[in-house]
Amino acid sequence: MQKLLTWVDERFPLTATYKAHLAEYYAPKNFNFWYFFGSLALLVLVLQIVTGIFLTIHYKPDAAMAFASVEYIMRDVDWGWLMRYLHSTGASAFFIVVYLHMFRGLIYGSHRQPRELLWIFGVLIYLVLMGEAFFGYLLPWGQMSYWGAQVIVNLFAAVPFIGEDLSLWIRGDYVVSDATLNRFFAFHVIAFPLVLLGLVAAHLVALHEVGSNNPDGIEIKKLKGADGHPLDGIPFHPYYTVKDVLGVVVFLIVFCAILFFAPEMGGYFIEANNFIPADPYKTPEHIAPVWYFTPYYAILRAVPPMFGSQFPGVAAMGIAVLIFFALPWLDKSPVKSVRYRGPKFKIALAVFVVSFIALGILGVLPVTPLYTWLSRLFSVGFFAFFFLMPWYTRNDTYKAVPERVTDK
Amino acid sequence: MKKYLFLLLAFPCVAFASASVHLDKAPVNVNDKESLQRGAAVFVNYCLNCHSANYMRYNRMEDLGLSEQQIKDSLLYAADKPGELMTISMRPKDAKEWFGAAPPDLTVITRSRGADWVYTYLRSFYRDATRPTGWNNVVFDKVGMPHVMQELQGHLGAVHRTEKDAEGKEHHVLDRLELVKPGKITQAEYDALVGDLVNYLNWMGEPSQGQRKTIGLLVILFLGLFYIAAFYLKREFWKDVH
Repeated sequence: MQKLLTWVDERFPLTATYKAHLAEYYAPKNFNFWYFFGSLALLVLVLQIVTGIFLTIHYKPDAAMAFASVEYIMRDVDWGWLMRYLHSTGASAFFIVVYLHMFRGLIYGSHRQPRELLWIFGVLIYLVLMGEAFFGYLLPWGQMSYWGAQVIVNLFAAVPFIGEDLSLWIRGDYVVSDATLNRFFAFHVIAFPLVLLGLVAAHLVALHEVGSNNPDGIEIKKLKGADGHPLDGIPFHPYYTVKDVLGVVVFLIVFCAILFFAPEMGGYFIEANNFIPADPYKTPEHIAPVWYFTPYYAILRAVPPMFGSQFPGVAAMGIAVLIFFALPWLDKSPVKSVRYRGPKFKIALAVFVVSFIALGILGVLPVTPLYTWLSRLFSVGFFAFFFLMPWYTRNDTYKAVPERVTDK
Repeated sequence: MKKYLFLLLAFPCVAFASASVHLDKAPVNVNDKESLQRGAAVFVNYCLNCHSANYMRYNRMEDLGLSEQQIKDSLLYAADKPGELMTISMRPKDAKEWFGAAPPDLTVITRSRGADWVYTYLRSFYRDATRPTGWNNVVFDKVGMPHVMQELQGHLGAVHRTEKDAEGKEHHVLDRLELVKPGKITQAEYDALVGDLVNYLNWMGEPSQGQRKTIGLLVILFLGLFYIAAFYLKREFWKDVH
């Protein structure tokens, strides 16, 4: 066995890779609850790929057959219902996990120097994930698939000058049609997953290059012991592998409770209208995107059309997503973690969290004058968190950051 | 195209326009095999002429405790083999001409409409001389479908009351339905029959739902036990971290 390993190691850095990324990757010992979501995101990614392969075996990307092939998977394929529900629940779980993972970065300053690039890879993953989810949602070819895609592709038509051609180019037709379904299938099963995997690899390489942040926002590499390893660090394997197993089990209990007992999640994970086959001649009464897009949808609807164009709303929505890229440079605070930040940041963070959740709720609800004004209010809250950040992080009060990590 | 976009954004305004009707709770129970079998018979006799169930195979009803021979003998009118899908011979184009809209496929109807909606809908037909079919429905105003089970339920008539709105305008509002011509069975028996039918429709919407819940219980039980093992494993490893 040892001989075989030596033979491999002389030709491929197997032991070196294992050491660098698992056995001798030193992670801070004070990771808390919020640090489970990175590994959980990886788990869900694998789950989506594996179940996706099984679904692809039976699914037909053809406007005349797609809806029936999904029902075929649900009924006639052995364990097809399980694969389909794993995949549909996994899509929502992916966003829950990723949103919590991003929030962790936000509160402990994981986006700050020297992790800016790590953060940017993360935001790129988030963007690709949104595209992946959007393309995938068209595939069941239900009413909500169809009209959701129609609305979102039409958003691109609002871009000045090139909009019309752009939306035509995306759809491959003048309306969402068989051509659109076929290309969305290609994007969903090959183009975007490839990019996603590449970005996840880059995210991990960048993480292991700079090392993990921690709830205190301290660089553990600054204080090293006689053995050259960080004093506050412990090897990822076995310590965090056994701890992550615990997180995985708790996650799976919640995940399976939804998957087996409420796979539609009251119409939020699988919408009721999506059990009606796509009908280009019949617009549903109420078109709402799936829950993970609703904060941005609420921002889109909050901005009134200007000069007869919807573009301002579309632009606001685009900025709301892209603003995350700028976070490392908007944050001017001398400390990373929320634990040592002052009241101004904490208030701003609270405003952001409330705004994001409120927008998410408003994005599902039908438009009324009251809801529109509430959407505007919370949109201001959302953007204020980012645009005022240079100001309030400069003028905040801060607590002294300890030398060593704390156990809280 | 820009005008079109605006329309799409404005659509949510009209949402829930018809959501105010009170819906009765459907007596749904996927473990009640006898009710499901009765419902299957009602479905095949009354629904599966104009409505299809294009994604459902006849032999799936073996899950309801029926043998292949029983399915062949008593449920297979429109197909030759039990492995076939529950399709119908009426063409959607003709149906549209006759009813104004093609009758929807019913395989997953309870998943789009909800079992309560279907249960209430099938018990809410009333006589309306202004409609071409002579029938209207409380939960689906101006519906194209006539009351298919009228010989069973009999005829219900609408009783209106006058209501004044905030501006003092008078409106005729549907108050309640009352029996104007009795059918072959009592209203209670009709409710039970529709209950069986909706129970069947709900099962047909997802035939694996019973299996799903059984497996789910086992999976969560296993995970619960696994959690205990994982918990002690973690504690053992972390003993030396200070």
